[in-house]
Amino acid sequence: MIAEIGHLALILAFLLALVQAAMGLSGGARRDSRLMAGARASALFQLLFVAMAFVALAICYLIPDFSVALVQQHSHSTQPWPYRLAATWGSHEGSLLLWVLILAIYGAAAALFGRRLRPTLVSRMLGVQALIAAAFLGFALFTSNPFLRLHPAPLDGAELNPLLQDPGLVLHPPLLYLGYVGFSAAFSLAAAALIEGRADMAFARWLRPWIIAAWSALTLGIALGSWWAYYELGWGGWWFWDPVENASLMPWLAGTALLHSAIVLEKRGALISWTLLLSILTFSLSLLGTFLVRSGVLTSVHAFAVDPARGTAILGFTVLATGAALALYGWRAPSMQTGAVFSPVSREAGLALNNLFLMAATATVFLGTFYPVFVEVLSQGQDRISVGPPYYAITFVPLVLPLLAIVAYGPMLNWKRDSLKAVTGRLKWPLLIAALALVVAIFTLGPSHVLQILGATLGVWLIAGSAWVLVRRWTAAGRDEIGWRIRKTPPAVWALCLAHAGLGMTALGIASVTALETETVATLTPGQSVDFAGRRMTLTGAEIVEGPNYRAERVILHATGPGVNREIISERRFYPVTGTWTTEAGIDLTPLGAYYVSVGERRGDGVVIRAWNHPMVGWIWWGGLVMAFGGALSLADRRLRLAAPAPRAPAKTAEAAP
Amino acid sequence: MKRAALILTALILMASAPPPPAPVEDRPLADPAQEARAQAIHESLRCVVCQNESIAESGAVLAADLRQVVRERVSAGDSDKEVRAFMVERYGDFVLLKPPFEAATWLLWLGPFAVVLIGAGAVFAYLRRRRSAGEATPLTREERARLDALLAEEDEA
Repeated sequence: MIAEIGHLALILAFLLALVQAAMGLSGGARRDSRLMAGARASALFQLLFVAMAFVALAICYLIPDFSVALVQQHSHSTQPWPYRLAATWGSHEGSLLLWVLILAIYGAAAALFGRRLRPTLVSRMLGVQALIAAAFLGFALFTSNPFLRLHPAPLDGAELNPLLQDPGLVLHPPLLYLGYVGFSAAFSLAAAALIEGRADMAFARWLRPWIIAAWSALTLGIALGSWWAYYELGWGGWWFWDPVENASLMPWLAGTALLHSAIVLEKRGALISWTLLLSILTFSLSLLGTFLVRSGVLTSVHAFAVDPARGTAILGFTVLATGAALALYGWRAPSMQTGAVFSPVSREAGLALNNLFLMAATATVFLGTFYPVFVEVLSQGQDRISVGPPYYAITFVPLVLPLLAIVAYGPMLNWKRDSLKAVTGRLKWPLLIAALALVVAIFTLGPSHVLQILGATLGVWLIAGSAWVLVRRWTAAGRDEIGWRIRKTPPAVWALCLAHAGLGMTALGIASVTALETETVATLTPGQSVDFAGRRMTLTGAEIVEGPNYRAERVILHATGPGVNREIISERRFYPVTGTWTTEAGIDLTPLGAYYVSVGERRGDGVVIRAWNHPMVGWIWWGGLVMAFGGALSLADRRLRLAAPAPRAPAKTAEAAP
Repeated sequence: MKRAALILTALILMASAPPPPAPVEDRPLADPAQEARAQAIHESLRCVVCQNESIAESGAVLAADLRQVVRERVSAGDSDKEVRAFMVERYGDFVLLKPPFEAATWLLWLGPFAVVLIGAGAVFAYLRRRRSAGEATPLTREERARLDALLAEEDEA
């Protein structure tokens, strides 16, 4: 019964999306306030129905109702309920439902918060958003229906992949989707502006919160995913250049570029057509990511059940949406130029340079991800190549380093016109600190690690440069005003400093861990110990622990060393239903680094222990957290909340307007 | 002693659990320089039966097998290049995580830098166009100073 309610709700949401698309687009074209109000209302009801469908599926999982095929495939009665619930989005069909749910959330948010904006623009945005929703709801209904029943109902289900039975599954996918599905709002808004042939500063001011919201969630989602992989996969990797990771990195890079170009548009009215193009491209990359995960063209740890037919449908839509948007862009954008002028040394130019490097980095990831597919297709399956971490070390990293170098310059540059000499003078202290960091890095990381030395130095440079933005601001008017100025620092300034400093933290963490990580393998019997990375680890306990749906071999190690005296618990879990093993690494994480222990196989009376020392690895994720927090803070800025200058008049006058 | 016995019992109990995935022994080379070289090579080779891992990271039996093969070749005196060539002969270019630069991959290798160059050209052209558009009405020194001050003020606000 519940599954049927969900199915019905999904059908209604699909029909509503079609109605919304028609009302939104024609209402905007005809300036008909009733149609435009209708589009708004449908956006809200669409969210209601998609949410109903989603909740229905979640309930089927919670019960668990094994007569629903999807539940049967991804859930077992012994599986703890939080993981049964999270299994709702642990499959292709379920995650697609989460996808459309988040799309509907952004659509409804546009309908709710868009009241102060030009009604025709919002209406057209809702129309475009509904076109995307209709495509994906239709896709869910016709190819990936989550509510199919099994007859007769089986007694129990298969199990969710044990790797996914982790708190990470509860948070990682929703955050990731809030991120890259969130870029749909920027896409729809850009398309609406192109249809209207108008993209002014007020438009940019309204565009930015959508980008920032999506970007912050995506940042958090990627950082969380990296942390999850780190502790779950059992050997301390935190980024794999896996095609599906790349699928989330590409929209992040493009979204970061978009975030910055929208600032130029909002503040100076420049880079209009570039910002519109980026809005289109960013969401296209999100769509491409969706295609990657679900098509099976690439082998990846993340891939869902592979099905070429579904992949073709998503690829078709990706091409259609991107092609249509680009055609619209090619038709409309040339007439949307501005007269805003700036010199080669100015904040605008700095941000243009930022965009250049970010887009080149995006292109690199794109090439690395898709090239193996091109080669295989072009040679008709004869040739296969792999593109792995060494490729990105040679191409991606050299593109990112100059980007990091210019990031601290950005906030110090004046708009419109500046001189290199003057801005370097303003950055005297951060430059000095970076020079010190360079010397320290050469000694601590070893002179052979050139890229890491540069990365660590630039990380410190970013943190110092961001702090310096605040210091200069606070001390600009003498000592008496410092307290007042600290209190009066707008959230947007905090946001900028936190986001840049967070990036610096991540760079510092990556540089340190890749230069300094060490590893050891030892076979320990009870009471035996091994010395590693300044610590002594003694095997003090080994036991079998029965979990709800697994049996774990738990090993307890006592680690002692200067200032360290603690237990590290590491497990290997066996899940009998699927017959698979997972590792739960024992991690002692401090700001200085992580001490990472994973249990290996038994050998005679002993257990094989693999241990890693990962200096400063935590900074990678804390940096991501700080970046995302910065983004969230900037959403709180009064300037953005006030959005565009509001048309005070009710919608009726809009009808009469030319 | 009693504690040790308890732990031992637990370890024996573990032995009754189903077999672990890859009980293949890694035997590091005695010479640390050779072992370091072997490990660097491990990281550059793909585990061909895995999803997306190097043989250094993978827990698969084949990966452990290949790690030993690499060590054997290294200790037999092969250069890094020769070891990789040996692997390519067996598994094709697919085994290399760093694809070779050749007719089929030049775009992959040069693409990123081409994008930077083309992009830089576009940015430069854009800036020139912007600037020449702005030079129609040059400002006097005083005007410029006043304007900069005003802009700086606006920035502060």
